[in-house]
Order: sequence, then C-alpha cells, then structure tokens
Amino acid sequence: MGKTLSEKILSEKSGTDARAGDIVIAPVDLVFAQDTTGPLTIRQFKEMKHSSLANPQRTVLFLDHAVPSPNRQLSNDHTFLRRFAEETGCLIFEGGCGICHQLVAEMFASPGDIIVGADSHTVTAGGLGAFATGMGSSDIAIVFALGKTWFRVPESFKITIEGRFPRRVGAKDLVLHLIGALEADGATYKALEFDGGTIARMTISDRLTIANMAVEAGAKVGIFPSDGVTRRYLTSRGRVNKYKAVYPDVDAEYERAVAIDVAELEPMVAVPHTVDSVVPARMLTGTKVDQVFIGTCTNGRLEDLAVAASILKSKKCHPSVRLLVAPASQQVLTTALRAGYIETLIAAGAILLPPGCAACFGLHQGVLGDNEVCLSTANRNFKGRMGNPDASIYLASPATAAAAAITGEITDPRELS
Amino acid sequence: MTSSTVLKGKAFKFGDDISTDHIIPGRYSHLRSNLSELAKHVMEDANPNFAHKVASGDLIVAGKNFGLGSSREHAALVIKLAGVSGILAKSVARIFYRNAINQGLPVLICDTDKIDDGDEIEVNLSKGEIINHTNGACLTFGKLPRVMLNILQAGGLIPYIREYGDFII
Repeated sequence: MGKTLSEKILSEKSGTDARAGDIVIAPVDLVFAQDTTGPLTIRQFKEMKHSSLANPQRTVLFLDHAVPSPNRQLSNDHTFLRRFAEETGCLIFEGGCGICHQLVAEMFASPGDIIVGADSHTVTAGGLGAFATGMGSSDIAIVFALGKTWFRVPESFKITIEGRFPRRVGAKDLVLHLIGALEADGATYKALEFDGGTIARMTISDRLTIANMAVEAGAKVGIFPSDGVTRRYLTSRGRVNKYKAVYPDVDAEYERAVAIDVAELEPMVAVPHTVDSVVPARMLTGTKVDQVFIGTCTNGRLEDLAVAASILKSKKCHPSVRLLVAPASQQVLTTALRAGYIETLIAAGAILLPPGCAACFGLHQGVLGDNEVCLSTANRNFKGRMGNPDASIYLASPATAAAAAITGEITDPRELS
Repeated sequence: MTSSTVLKGKAFKFGDDISTDHIIPGRYSHLRSNLSELAKHVMEDANPNFAHKVASGDLIVAGKNFGLGSSREHAALVIKLAGVSGILAKSVARIFYRNAINQGLPVLICDTDKIDDGDEIEVNLSKGEIINHTNGACLTFGKLPRVMLNILQAGGLIPYIREYGDFII
C-alpha cells in the first residue's frame, strides 16, 4: 500500500516505515516562536537546564503579535526575547518585519521540510509542501533543545479541487466552504492533503491561504504537493536549490475524500462566533459593519492587497466604516507601495498598520467596541477574539472585505463594478 | 506516578467548541509573563464567575472540541493554576491536548452528557473509571498513547525530558 504525503515525509525524516496512527520521532528543519508564546517557551527551555540550542540557525523568534509594543509588560517580553537571541545565537526578526508565517514562507519553508512553531497557524507552510504544525511552548522548548519531537502520524483526507474560480471568488471562499463542510472538529488530528487540476493554477499565495485555515477544521497539517509553481516561488526567493518534488503515492490510503468544484462556489462568509458557520455573502446583505480589516497570515499578501485595491480604486470607504490594512510582511508592503496598491487603499480612506498580526487577536490596533461588527480577512471569529466579547466578527475574502468597506454592509463583491 | 491517580471535585460544565480565546483571551497577552494575574481571567469569556467559584480539585467538563484555536499553552497553564485537577470532554483540539498533558494536567475523553454542572465527580486514573457521585453514573475514558501517558506520569513534558533525556516511544 502506498503512502500519503504526510506518511512519506514522516517516513523519510524519522527513518521508519511511518503509517497513520504510528508514533514517530523526527528531526525538525525549522522551529520558531513568536512574541506572545516565546517568553513561556524560553522559560520552559531554561527550566530544562539545557545549555544550548540544537540548531541556532534554524531556531527563530519573531516579534509580530504585539508590535510596536502597546505596553510595558510586552516591551519587557520583547527585551527578554532579544536577550535570549543574544545569549544563544538564534535568529530574531524584529517588529515590522512581518507575520511569522509569512516570513517562514518567504525565507525558510521548502517542500518536504518538517516545521514546528509555537503558533497554531504554523500550518500555513503546508502551502509550500512542508509538514508544518503548531505546538505549545513546552513542546517547542524541547525542540529548541533537542532539534526533534514526537508526532502521531496523521490519517489524511484527500481534498480534490477542480474547476475554474468564478470572478471575485477565490482561495478564501474555497477554504471557508471546506471548513463549513468539514466543521470545526471534522479533521481533528488529521492531515488535509490537497489535490486536483485547480491547484496547478493556484498561486503560492492562494495555497498559503488554504493551508493556513486547515487548523480551523482541527487539522494537524494542510499540505500541497510541490510543482512548477512551488519551484518558481522558491526561485524568486533565491532558494531554488531547496526545491524537491513531494507528492503522495497513487495508491495511498485516505480516510476520507472530499471533492470541490470551484466553478460552483460563490463569495462565502463565516458568521459569529465559529469559523464553521459559513453562508454565502449574499444571504447577509444588509448586515452593517463598523470595521473592515484586511491583513493577517490568511490574507495579508500582495495578491490580497491587489484584489482589495482593484475594488476600492477611485472609490471611498462608507463614512461609517473604518478600513484597516496590515500587510503581512515588509516585503509585501514595499512591493504593494511600488505597485500603487497602498496609495489606492489610503485614497479610499484606509488606515495603514505596520506589517504584523495587528487587530487579529484582540490586543491592539483595532479592538472592537460593544456591539460593533467587524468584517475581517483573518481566520478566527471566536467570541472575544478581537478584544471584546460583546462584539461580532465575520470572516471573508479580501474582495468581500473591500466591497463591505464601500457599502458599509456585507455585500457580494460580484455586485460591484 | 508524580500526578495524583485520583481526581475528586465538583464539575464545571461547558458546551461545545470552547476556544482558547474563551479560556484566556488575547487581550490579556500583556499578563502572560505574570501568571498569577493572568490566571484571574481563566474561562472569563465562557463563564465570568468561574475564577471566583472554582476550588482546588474541581474538574472542567465540556462538550466536543474543547480548546480549539490558538496554540497558547497559557490556556492549559491557567486552568491548572486555578486548581482544576482534570478536564473531561467529548473531544479535545489537538494542540490543547498536547499542551495540557505537557503541563501534567489530565485530559480524559468520555461521554460528558452524563455529567451536569455541580455534580460531584471522582476519577480514578489507574483504574480508568469516572464516577458521578451525584447521579451514580459510571463512565470510562479513552486510553492515552504511551508517550503521553509517560509525560503525564512524570508531571509534564519538562520533568519528563529532565528525567529521561529524550523521548521514549
């Protein structure tokens, strides 16, 4: 019997015949933490009395959640992380460089890698064919020290994507539809493995968006096979030497198969307060929004800002809407500046936030007021997520977000010119 | 066994899909290096009175998919700091499951429909049984993989690695 993509990667790395359900120990190619999980990771590392890192050049700290720091406690956490980097020689990316998952994609992730991070959206790197998953601070501290960890080899769901996307329908609508179909715990402990003719036409940006949200169905990883698109992306990032063909065996065994024809999709929205409560945007027409947030590790990439700018070009935001835009990285920001997207968005009335997680997780830069409604391109709409349990969050694509910024209510973006 | 084999306390019942944002919201990120302050907000967005009412030994009893969302280990940590001796749920999200065991906090998968809020619960970890003293129900729970059982028995992942120096599977 052949192997799934996850079984193949874990077999090769662990040096065993890894099959779904097995427990294996595997070396890790990249391990990281961010500024809200990093301090506990370091304290757990120090608790072990382990003096050095297994691989300092493959151990990374990212300051992305609370940047620039909104208060002294988080500033002190940042100082603690900087000191650790000085002491151990691990890499550190300062505030403003961008969101950890975007920087991992731009600079580190390659097909066949095993990547673990102290952040649940570590799954994003699956868009580049990496077996990438989130863990807590203790698990990550052990990887800092030992350079390896244990995994339960996941059963896989094969998600076959065919067809051509209709106008203004894209990867975010696809993944929202998928999570609605699987439900929030439908893929717990499983791997979502993507396949089908449509993925060859998907950009890496699209694949990262889809892999990013695999965890919202409970999955351990969301993983794409590598191909020419992956190779071109790595070439553009100066690491074509890291390209490797990774694909499943034709006779691999899957626990479940899901087929999606994207030609039948329409703009989708996840309604409060769970990510799997998904309905077409047209059914929410008339739902007023106070804030629109375009950014995050799900949809803060150049392609996302391009879509938003194309809809907002020569338009103004609705007077009762605050539009927040946070590019996913410094490189996204500078490229979007050169392309004119940022100017277009600001001319429409957007507030530009620094590259980072920004308003996504409720600490700063866009905390909602009581009874306010936000339409966000992020990946989570849990109660309290954006800093206020008495507010509501809807999740949608950059196109649907841009449309709502213009009309002041949830709008099917196909209805706008 | 470092962790206690018998857990005894009152049930605090929660529904399905209690996320780590319910358990310890992101708006308290500035308290993550001040755990005693952070713990005052445990479960705040699911039950604002929880932190005041919970007593040492009590158990969290939930529906499906407990602990979904963020990887923040602080979620498991503040539950433990609040004195909770264990979590019973129909199912648990993957990262939270590892985090709780890594903190030496038992998480047991069982049919929680037979437990109501306020019921007196006793769990015998070595016998593998749960007794609801309020209604007399007796429940069993799913077995942990050996690596997780060993981590739990060592009192958490850090003491486990300090003891064994490596993973033993």
